[in-house]
Order: sequence, then C-alpha cells, then structure tokens
Amino acid sequence: MNALLRILLAALLSLAASSLVQAHPHVWVTMQTELVYAPDGSITGIRHAWSFDDMFSTFATQGLESKEKGKFTREELAPLAKVNVESLKEFDYFTFAMADGKKAELTDPAPGYWLDYKDQVLTLNFLLPFKKPVKAKELKVEIYDPSIFVDFAFAKDKPVQLAGAPKCKLDVVLPREMTFAEGKALSQIPAEEKNTTMAWGAQFASKILVHCP
Amino acid sequence: MVDAAMAQPFGLNRGASLSEVGGFTGWILAKQAEFYRMLSGLIRDAKADGSAAYTLLGISFLYGVFHAAGPGHGKAVISSYLVANDETWRRGIVLSFASAILQALSAIAIVGVVAALLGATAKAMGNTVRVIEIVSYALILLIGLRLLWVKGSAFLRALRLNEGPHAHDPTHDHTHEHGHGHHHHHDHDHYHDASAWSHGHAPEPSELAGAHWLRRGLTAIVAVGLRPCSGAIIVLVFALAQGIFWIGVASTFVMGLGTAITVAAIATLAVAARELAGRLAKAKPGVGVIMLRGLETAAALVIVLFGAALLTGYLASERLLGV
Repeated sequence: MNALLRILLAALLSLAASSLVQAHPHVWVTMQTELVYAPDGSITGIRHAWSFDDMFSTFATQGLESKEKGKFTREELAPLAKVNVESLKEFDYFTFAMADGKKAELTDPAPGYWLDYKDQVLTLNFLLPFKKPVKAKELKVEIYDPSIFVDFAFAKDKPVQLAGAPKCKLDVVLPREMTFAEGKALSQIPAEEKNTTMAWGAQFASKILVHCP
Repeated sequence: MVDAAMAQPFGLNRGASLSEVGGFTGWILAKQAEFYRMLSGLIRDAKADGSAAYTLLGISFLYGVFHAAGPGHGKAVISSYLVANDETWRRGIVLSFASAILQALSAIAIVGVVAALLGATAKAMGNTVRVIEIVSYALILLIGLRLLWVKGSAFLRALRLNEGPHAHDPTHDHTHEHGHGHHHHHDHDHYHDASAWSHGHAPEPSELAGAHWLRRGLTAIVAVGLRPCSGAIIVLVFALAQGIFWIGVASTFVMGLGTAITVAAIATLAVAARELAGRLAKAKPGVGVIMLRGLETAAALVIVLFGAALLTGYLASERLLGV
C-alpha cells in the first residue's frame, strides 16, 4: 500500500484513538483529609474537606436561593450537598483504600455532611466510614478521578492529618513531585528497612500512606 | 457500564495523573487544562478592565483549538462521515464549521435561557444537556446505521459482482440504484465508479454534485453540533455571575472558531486519505472498488460504534459532576 496513505491512516487512527481518552479536568478540588482512628489503633473513617475552584463553585451554586446575595448558609446549601454526595456514590467517592494490600471497603457518608460557601469557594465536608474498622500495618489511601474530569490536589496547608493514631507514621505522596523526591527518599531509606510502597512505578495519584506498628 | 466508562485507555492503571497519560495526547490534555484553568482569572480581569477581554478571547481560541484535538467534538464522526460519503474537502470544512458554531450556540442557549432567563440551577442545565445528549447520540447512531446499510450493501454487491465471470449483465444489479435517483440520499451514486468498471453506467455529474449534500449533511451537523461542550457552559455561567455574560458569549464563539479549525484540519486529512484510497482503487480494477466500498463501510461502522458507545455511556464524552 502507498506509504503516504499509510501515514495518513495512522495519523487518523491515533487521533481517533485519542477520542477514547476522557476530557481534561473541568473541576479542580483542593483537599484536606483527616484519617480517623479508634483507641485500639484501627482506622474507622476518612474525613474529607473538598474545596472546589471558583468557576465550578459559581456553576454549582447557580440559581440557588439565598437570603443574602453572594452568601449561602449551610441550610441553603443542604439540597446541593445532598445532590453532590449522592452523585459521588457512583464514583466510589473517588476514594480508594488498601489495607496491607487488600481493598478496604468504605460505605456511604455519615449523615451530617455539609457544604460551606466562603469567598466564592464551595467546600464539601463529609466523613466516609469504613465498612468495618481496619487495623493495618500499611494503609494506602488514594483520592483521584480516573477519568481526569476532576483534578484532586492536596491543600498546601495541613493536607493530611491523623486523628487519634499517635504511634503511626504518615507519608503524603504528591504526584508531580514524585519522581524527584521519590528518588531522593529512596536513596535515604536504610538498607535493612524494606519499603515496598516506594518501589512502585511512576504513576501516582494523590496518595496517603500510613505505617503503623 | 460506569466501570467501563472509567476504564483508562492505553492499559494505564488507575491513579495516572495528567502528566502520565502518554506523550502527544498527554501534552494536548495538559494544554487544554492549562488554557481552561486560565479562563476564570481572565474573566475576572475582563470584568475589571475591558481590554483584558482580548487576552480572554485569545486564550479561549487556543482552548478551542486544543480542546477539539482531544476527545469529543465530533471529529471522529465528521471524518468518518466524510469518508463514507466521499465528500469533498470544501464540504468537510463547511460541516466542521457549521457543527462548531452550532455547539457554541447550544451552550449559549442553554445558559442564556435556563440560567439567565429562568434563573434555574446547574442541575436544570445538566438535565437539559442530558436530554440533548441522548438526542445527539441517537442521531449519530441513526446516521451511522443508515450509512452502514447503504455502504454495506454496496460493498457486498461489489464483492458479488467481482466473483462471477466478467460476462455478466451489469444492468441486472444496478436497477435499484437507478430507480432511487431522487427520493433517497445520493450516497450510493458513487458506487458507480466508472473507470474501474467501464460498464458505461457513469452517473450524471448533477447526480453526484447533488444539492442534497447539504440537506443530508445537516443531519450530521445537528447530530454533532447539538451537544455543547461542558467547559463552555461552566465558563458562560461564570461570566454570567460576574455580570459580563456577553463577553462570555464572545469567548464561546471564539472557542467554537478554534474547535472548527482543528476539526476542519482533521476532516481534510480524512478526505485526503479517502482521495488517495480512491485513486489507488482506480488503479486496481475489480479489487480496488471492493476495497473502496469496504473502506466506506468501515467508516460507516465507526459512526455506528461511536453512536452506540456514546448512547450506552461506555464513552462518556463529558459529564457535569453532580448535576
């Protein structure tokens, strides 16, 4: 077959294939996460505070009634919060937890979740309980949207906190800094200490690693 | 179904951030996101200082260009349509621009009517988009099915005719097509590929040119252009909230222009490929025509698959989160 035709077809096919990739992010979430532990050292839930970007915050609150223009109370935002939380269920709340290599199941958010609107930024606060409290030496929590429609990034200030687990060590993995910091961290781990979590490939989401005794 | 929609292409496992998605596609996605992210700041700037609107328009244009190179915006459907129907590149450009403008109008209409006039919520807009989506995807599927039927029959006929001895009666199998000259779509006119056959049934130039190309192309334009891009809707709502809706409208049209250029470029590529295939086919009597019909049938099949995939949600082109 004609070489030019082949090239043209290849170009077309690759462009068509790119159609299969999902859209670019339309929503940017800055998140703060709190891992909630019980006194016995098992993790009971994950508390999320997700702040949306200004464009999406405006979009989401479009048409909502409020007593004071430009300001929304928690009660006024309650129906929207309900819609948001319910629509997140389909996507497993974008939260994926692995305890010692096994998937740890999360259930629907505890009642009492709410939306805050401050300085044109909408923040969703909710707690995701584990189906059963989990005790693990190595806990990994990933928060991301596989379809890249939502971009999740940790807040600069207090991105992750442990509530009630003083003896555990917390590692927060940031995707963009991974390759450089990774190499550095890897070189600093003492030879006798096995840290298999750091050995994974270059593909990382916003990842939380907790090492417990 | 949702899991399938969430499945990453190229065999990437979950957790790949934007920068990880392969080479060229990753770069396009990153650029799209970058330009899109700039829009909110630019809209604020434009509100404060009118001259900043030009930067907004510039970035909106760039966003449109890169956005169309990514998923959606009907480039695959339009390109396949052009290949299946053997349309000219000029018509390809017209179809590309028309569908892009329609998409811009659709976004503006949705926000203008649902949000601005009715003061309705994002949820209402989402519902409107969902209805439009279903209509749009169903149309794509129908266009594909019709084309598949026509081109597929032509392909099978070409196969059959090539099998028997050459001393067959050419008129025997052509009676259908001649009779349907005017009622139907003229897609199957091209099946009378004169040079490869030399049976003297060359179609009239007027049949080929067909004033009907725009009419049947209209269905394609509507199918592809009806569904607005989510990004445009979000930008428009933001501009509305900032009190500069009309600047948002300008931005949307300029985005459409960028989209149109990219889609037109890709469509031209498709037409060029089809042209080349056509010339190659003419060089190989018998087999050449079969391959050509086969190519057209494959293009029709692509449209069918796209329509079906979009309709069943396997291919979620864009979704509005939580609304």
